[in-house]
Amino acid sequence: MPPLPFPAAAPVSWYLTLSAVLFALGVAGFLFRRNIITVFMSIELMLNGVNLSFVTFSYKLKQVDGNIFSFFVMVVAAAEAAVGLAIILTVFKNRQTLEIDELDSLKN
Amino acid sequence: MDALLFMIFAAVAVVCGINLVLQKHPISSALSLVGVMAALAALYLLLGGEFIAAAQLVVYAGAVMVLFVFVIMLLNAGTEHKVHKSTWAKYAGAPLLVVFLGMVAWLIQGMSAPTENVVFGQFQKGTPLEIGRALFTTYLLPFEITSVLILIAILGAIVLARKEIE
Amino acid sequence: MQLWLIPLLPLVGFALNGLFGKRLSKPVINTIACGSALLSFLWVLKTLNGLGVFGGGNGLEEAYREHYFTWIQSGMLNIGVDFAVDRLTAVMLMIVTGIGFLIHVYAVGYMSHEGGYYRFFAYFNLFMFFMLTLVLGANFLLLFVGWEGVGLCSYLLVGFYFQEKFASDAANKAFIVNRIGDFGFSLAVFLIVIHFGSLDFATVFDKVKGMPVETSAGWMTAIALLLLLGATGKSAQIPLYVWLPDAMAGPTPVSALIHAATMVTAGVYMVARSSQIFLHAHGALTVVAVIGLATAFFAATVGMTQFDIKKVYAYSTISQLGYMFLGLGTGAFSAGIFHVMTHAFFKALLFLGAGSVIHACGGQQDMRYMGGLRKYTPWTMATLACGTLAIAGVAIPGVFALSGAASKDLILESAYEFAPWMYWVGVLTACMTAFYVTRAFCLTFFGEYRGDQAPVEASHAVPAHDDAHGDAHHDDHGHAAAHDDDAHGHGGHGHGAPHESTWVMLGPLVVLAILSLFGGLITIPKFLEPLFPLREGEPEAWLGWVASGAGILGIFLGYVLYVVAPSIPESIASTFNVPYRWIYNKYFVDELYDTVVISPTVDGSRSLLWRVMDARGIDGIVNGTGATARGIGGILKRMQSGSIRSYAAWVVLGSILLIAYAGFVGGAK
Repeated sequence: MPPLPFPAAAPVSWYLTLSAVLFALGVAGFLFRRNIITVFMSIELMLNGVNLSFVTFSYKLKQVDGNIFSFFVMVVAAAEAAVGLAIILTVFKNRQTLEIDELDSLKN
Repeated sequence: MDALLFMIFAAVAVVCGINLVLQKHPISSALSLVGVMAALAALYLLLGGEFIAAAQLVVYAGAVMVLFVFVIMLLNAGTEHKVHKSTWAKYAGAPLLVVFLGMVAWLIQGMSAPTENVVFGQFQKGTPLEIGRALFTTYLLPFEITSVLILIAILGAIVLARKEIE
Repeated sequence: MQLWLIPLLPLVGFALNGLFGKRLSKPVINTIACGSALLSFLWVLKTLNGLGVFGGGNGLEEAYREHYFTWIQSGMLNIGVDFAVDRLTAVMLMIVTGIGFLIHVYAVGYMSHEGGYYRFFAYFNLFMFFMLTLVLGANFLLLFVGWEGVGLCSYLLVGFYFQEKFASDAANKAFIVNRIGDFGFSLAVFLIVIHFGSLDFATVFDKVKGMPVETSAGWMTAIALLLLLGATGKSAQIPLYVWLPDAMAGPTPVSALIHAATMVTAGVYMVARSSQIFLHAHGALTVVAVIGLATAFFAATVGMTQFDIKKVYAYSTISQLGYMFLGLGTGAFSAGIFHVMTHAFFKALLFLGAGSVIHACGGQQDMRYMGGLRKYTPWTMATLACGTLAIAGVAIPGVFALSGAASKDLILESAYEFAPWMYWVGVLTACMTAFYVTRAFCLTFFGEYRGDQAPVEASHAVPAHDDAHGDAHHDDHGHAAAHDDDAHGHGGHGHGAPHESTWVMLGPLVVLAILSLFGGLITIPKFLEPLFPLREGEPEAWLGWVASGAGILGIFLGYVLYVVAPSIPESIASTFNVPYRWIYNKYFVDELYDTVVISPTVDGSRSLLWRVMDARGIDGIVNGTGATARGIGGILKRMQSGSIRSYAAWVVLGSILLIAYAGFVGGAK
C-alpha cells in the first residue's frame, strides 16, 4: 500500500469532532427550520451525535459504560419520539398547521 | 485502513446531516436522517460497539424513523412556505454555531493525546455479553425504570393520538 | 443615705395618682400628692441632717455621692447614674421640696373645683421628680434628663386647660422655645465630652480648674456660651424669654411652682454648677452679666404697664431672673443662688397671693376690675404686703434686710465692683421693680371694688371673646387674643362680693410671708463658701443705702400714682403715647420673632420640605422604585415571545456560555 496522506487509523479526536459537527448540525436544524417534524428530526440528529460521543469515550476509556449510556439514550429517544409525534398529531388536529412560529399562544 | 473507513462514513454522515437541514420537504429530511444513522452504525462498529451498532440499525433506523415517516405521510406535511416572520434566532444562530463548533474543537484538541487511534478490534467490551452483564448488574435500576418509561410512553401516545369518542 | 428616695417619692405619687386617680376620691388624691411631697421634704431634711449641714455644722464641705449603676458605657464615655449632694445641691433641695410642698397644699384649695384634679397632681408630682433629678444629678446627662423632664411637665401643666386654644398654644410655645435652648445645651454637652472625655461634674470641673483662663474666643468660651443659651431658654432670659408671659395660661399654682420658684431657676443652678467653666472663659461671663442686666431692665419696663396681675408677676420673674444672672455674671455666684432662694420665697408668695386674689374676684385677672379688696381679703393683703416689700428691696443696711433686699444688695454690690454702670442700671431697675409691684398691690387692694365694671362674660369655662379687653392685648402670633385676661377655667362663683380664701390656701401664704420677711437672715453666701469663695473686703456702705432708697422711692411713687392721684397714670400714658404703646406691647418682640423666624420656617417647611422633598423626592423614590420594577418587567416580558425557536436560541447561547466557562475558565481538569 502506498503511504497514505493520512494516518492509518483515525485518532479519537476526529470522532469527537465529528460528534460535535453532527450536534451543531442538529442545532442548526432546530433553529432554522420551520416545520415541527423537521425540528424533531434535528433533535434526533443531536441525540445521535451524542451517542457517537458516548461510544467514542467508551472506547477511549476501555469501559463498557459508554455503550450502556448510548443504549439508554436510544431507549429514551424512542419513547420520546413516540410521545412527541403523538403530541404533534394532536397539535395538527387542533391548529391545522405544522409551522413552529404559529404555535405562540404562550406569548407574553 | 481504519482511517479511510472512518472518513468515508464520516463524510456520509455529514453530507446527510447537511441535507437534513437544507431540504425543504420533511420526507427528504427523514430519509437523510436514515442515512446519518446508517453511517453512524458503521462508525460504532469501528469503535467496537457491536451491540449498539445493531441496536441503532434495528431500533433507531428501523423503528423510530419508520414512525417518523408514517407521521409525515399521515399529516401530509408539505413543503415549507416562506413566511415573513423573522426571529432573532435566524440572525444570531449561525454565528453562534460557528462559535460553538470552534470552541468545542479547540477543547477537544487540547484534551486528547494525539497518538490515540481508533483501531478496529481493539475494544472487546462492546459485545452483547458485556453489555448484558453490565445492564443486569450495575445498571439494573435504570434498566427497570426504562421499561416503565416505555410503558408510560406507550400510554401517553395512545391517549394523545386516539380519535375522539363521539 | 438613700438619696434616690428624694426623687422617687414624688414619682411614686405621680404613678399612683396618674394610674388610679380617676377612681380615687379627692382626699385620697390630696394625701398621695401632698404626702409624697412632704415625705420627700422630710427625707431631704433627714439626709442633710445626717450630712451635718444643720446646726452650724461644717458638714458637706466635699460632695457626697451615691453611685447606682452604669448607664452608658461606650468607648471612652462612661456615664453612671450618680446622685451627689454638695452645699449648692442642699440649698436647691430645700427650696424645691420645701416650697414645692407648700404649693402642693395651696393647690389643694385652689384646684378644688377644677376638672382633671388627679391629672393636675400627677403632673405636679412628676415635675417634682424631674426637678429633683436635675438638682441631684452628678453629671451633665442626668441634669439634662431632669432639664428635659421639667420642660415636659411645664408643657403638660401650662396646657392643663388644653381645651382652650390659647392654653395649648402657650404650652407649645413654652416647650418649643425651651427646645431651642436645649439645642444649645446639647451642643455644649457634646463639646464637653469631646474635650474632657466625661460628663461627670467632679471629673470635668477638676480638669477645668487646671486649665488656663481663656481671654479670647476659644472652645471653653463656646461651651460656656452654649450652656448660657440653654439657660436663657429655661430661665427666660433674652432672647428666649417669650414663653414665660404666655405660660401664665396655666393654673396659678403652676405659675408659682414652675415659673417662679423652681423650673426657671434651673438655668441659674446650671450656670452656678458650671461656675468653673465660666470662670475660665471671662468673655462668656461678661455676656452672662450683660444679658442678665438687659433682661432685668427690659422686663421691668414691660411689667410696669401690664394689667393682668399674673403677667405683671411673670415679667417680674423674668426681671428677677435677670438679676440672678447678673449676680452670676459678675462673679458672685453665691449671691445669685441666694437670690434664687429669696426669689423662691417672695415670688411664690406673690403668685399664690395673686391666685388668692383671682379666686376672691371670681376668676377675674385684670387689675382694672379689682380694687378695694383690703376690706374683703385681709389675710391675703397682709401676706402680699410682705411679698411686695420683700421684692422691693427694703432694707436697713447692716441692721436688717428683708429677704429680697439681702440678696439683691449683694448682687448689686458685686455689679458695682464689676462695672459701676451696671450698678446704676440695676438700681434703676430696682426702683422700677418696687414701682410695679406697688402698683399691682395698690390697684388690687386700694380704692373701690371695680368688679362690677367688668364686662359680663359667660360664667363657665369657655370665655367669650371680649372686645372690652381688646385693643391689641398681647397678640400671640395672631392667635387667640385677649383670652388670657378672661375668666377661664374658673367658673364665676356667682358671688357679688369678693371673699377670702380658705385656710388651705392661706396657710402656705403665711408661711411664705414669714420666709420672705426673715429669709434674709439665712446666710447662704457663707454657707456656699467652699464652693464659691467670697469676695475679700467690704463693699462700700453707700451702695446698700442707695439700693434701698431706690426701693423706697419706687414704693412711694407707686403709692402716689395709684392711690393718691389715680388719674396721673392715664395722663402719663396718653402724653407719651408712642413709648407707652411700645412698652405695653412688649416691644412687639413676639411679632418680630414671628416675622423673622417663625413664618419663614413654617413657610419654608411647607413649600420646600413638604412639597418638594417629601412629596416629590421621597415619594418619587418610593413610587419610582415600583415604576422601575414595572418597567424592567415590561422589558423582560418580551423574552416570553412564545416562539419556540427563540427559546432554543437562548438555550444554545446559555450552553455555549457554560461550555466556555467550564472549558476555559476552570473546572475542566
